[in-house]
Amino acid sequence: MSTLNAALRVMSMLGAGLLLSACERPPIDTVQRGFRGTAMVEVYNPRILEGEQEKNVVPAATPAAPREGQKASEVYQNVKVLGDVSVAEFTRLMVAMTGWVAPQQGCAYCHNLQNLADDSLYTKVVARRMIQMTQHINADWKAHVADTGVTCYTCHRGMPVPAEVWFQPAPQKHALRAAGNKMAQNTPDAAVAYASLPYDAFNRYLLKAEDIRVNTSTALPTAPYGSMAATEATYGLMMHMADGLGVNCTYCHNSRAFAPWKESTPQRVTAWHGIRMARDLNTTYMEPLTDTFPPHRKGSEGDVAKVNCATCHQGAYKPLYGSSMLKDYMALSAAGAQAALPPQPAAGAAPGQ
Amino acid sequence: MSMLSFEKKYRIRGGTLIGGDLFDFWVGPFYVGFFGVTSIFFALLGTLLIIWGASQGPTWNLWQINIAPPDLKYGLGMAPLMEGGLWQLITVCAIGAFVSWALREVEICRKLGMGYHVPVAFSVAILAYVTLVVFRPLLLGAWGHGFPYGIMSHLDWVSNTGYQYLHFHYNPAHMIAVSCFFATTLALSLHGALILSATNPPDDGVVKTPDHENTFFRDAIGYSIGTLGVHRLGLFLALSAGFWSAVCIVISGPFWTRGWPEWWTWWLNLPVWR
Repeated sequence: MSTLNAALRVMSMLGAGLLLSACERPPIDTVQRGFRGTAMVEVYNPRILEGEQEKNVVPAATPAAPREGQKASEVYQNVKVLGDVSVAEFTRLMVAMTGWVAPQQGCAYCHNLQNLADDSLYTKVVARRMIQMTQHINADWKAHVADTGVTCYTCHRGMPVPAEVWFQPAPQKHALRAAGNKMAQNTPDAAVAYASLPYDAFNRYLLKAEDIRVNTSTALPTAPYGSMAATEATYGLMMHMADGLGVNCTYCHNSRAFAPWKESTPQRVTAWHGIRMARDLNTTYMEPLTDTFPPHRKGSEGDVAKVNCATCHQGAYKPLYGSSMLKDYMALSAAGAQAALPPQPAAGAAPGQ
Repeated sequence: MSMLSFEKKYRIRGGTLIGGDLFDFWVGPFYVGFFGVTSIFFALLGTLLIIWGASQGPTWNLWQINIAPPDLKYGLGMAPLMEGGLWQLITVCAIGAFVSWALREVEICRKLGMGYHVPVAFSVAILAYVTLVVFRPLLLGAWGHGFPYGIMSHLDWVSNTGYQYLHFHYNPAHMIAVSCFFATTLALSLHGALILSATNPPDDGVVKTPDHENTFFRDAIGYSIGTLGVHRLGLFLALSAGFWSAVCIVISGPFWTRGWPEWWTWWLNLPVWR
């Protein structure tokens, strides 16, 4: 009997420990996003959100630089992308980028300090391409980023490599024939928010353009369409999207009918463009840089780091909770846009002062 | 309605919880009692309120009638009648009717000198309902977290509430509840099949007794739980299903806000293999 008591005591202590360590507690914050009673509700633990605040604080913009004067290309050599920007704004942006991407390493992370124009460091080549990518996003993907736009900081957050990037998963090492192929499933992976769903969703949908829709578009399944496997792969991508944005499925979908647009929230449209944007960035900008990156920056399969939803969002429904940094760094808005801007009125430069 | 010959001896005065002898009578075969009156009152009022609510809605289609709870902005306060207040009144009526019915069962048990197993069993079903529309909304801070009253609309609520946690099949209490639902169904079908087969011998046979029933299961799986035991097992499985259903929804939100698959990272993070 005493053995039983002791066993019960140990088990209840383990159970209590599990409850305390594996659970949250009220009060909980909820946000209604649909008609009452539909349970289209976001559920947040305010104590977890509090920890996220710091991550989403926008660094203060440096004082604006004059937009007129000599162009960067007239002063510096080998300026291929930001040549039309005023030299003052160019310098300001270089300083800002250092803070956004390589605050520990400084200018020397990308530049040969003996000759700033030198392209010998791979980081400089990549950075130039990333500036073009940023301009491309801000100019051509307004359907996703609107006028909020993105800057280097949206992804980098003070780190040379953004915290959230993805590589091709390593192939399963054993039992590839007959029994034993897990088909990239049943492995608790952060890519699918620890579900057993296929964890290669990024490859299928954010690199290759596999069909995400698995519902038939007819009332009866008259044409073969979708499959259980395709559905689970789509679910895997959706798990990532929800996890990457810190939202649940009802942020975009009314789950009574996932497919119809008229029953979905407007955010689903933004997300649809976001998927295409990530695919575009991965195929147009990241993959072609594969040979530029040194091996230690590549994944186990020798592939380049690629973007997914979390790369920018980092667990927030809008990156940096929707604060726009772009408005202070319009040189990143579109190629040459800075040159087209009207000269800034000099603040406080009234005569006699 | 006529009374069966043996019924009279079980019509025993007393055993009431409230109201003394006032409502201690039968109408036809039905015992009334104070809680019979309150059951009728709440059930009728609640049903009429639903019908009235439907009359104010866009449809008489039985599948689509929807009495929705208030917007979350009303928190734990009263909402305007047509914006969830009706749902609140109907919820009060429903709980009043369910609890009255359970207490009426208690009175009947007391009259008959029985155990309280039946009202206890029914109370677990009430617990599951009250957890959905009272306890969980209280813990989340708004009546709007209750489920809407409507055939399709409550299913939509269930679906969306599940997807609030990305993949509800990873909810550990949901796993237990579903397992118990399946197990109670299996146990009932095995039990029903056993009784029917024992009592339906071939034309020239005789009805078999529990000896045969026990022997069948000892031959088949090495063990027979017995005639009384199978009902204990059935009650346990059925109540466990309801109880763990209540647990699985009350922990979703108040005690876990993220995807349920992520909850299992406590296992991945055990110091043994982390």
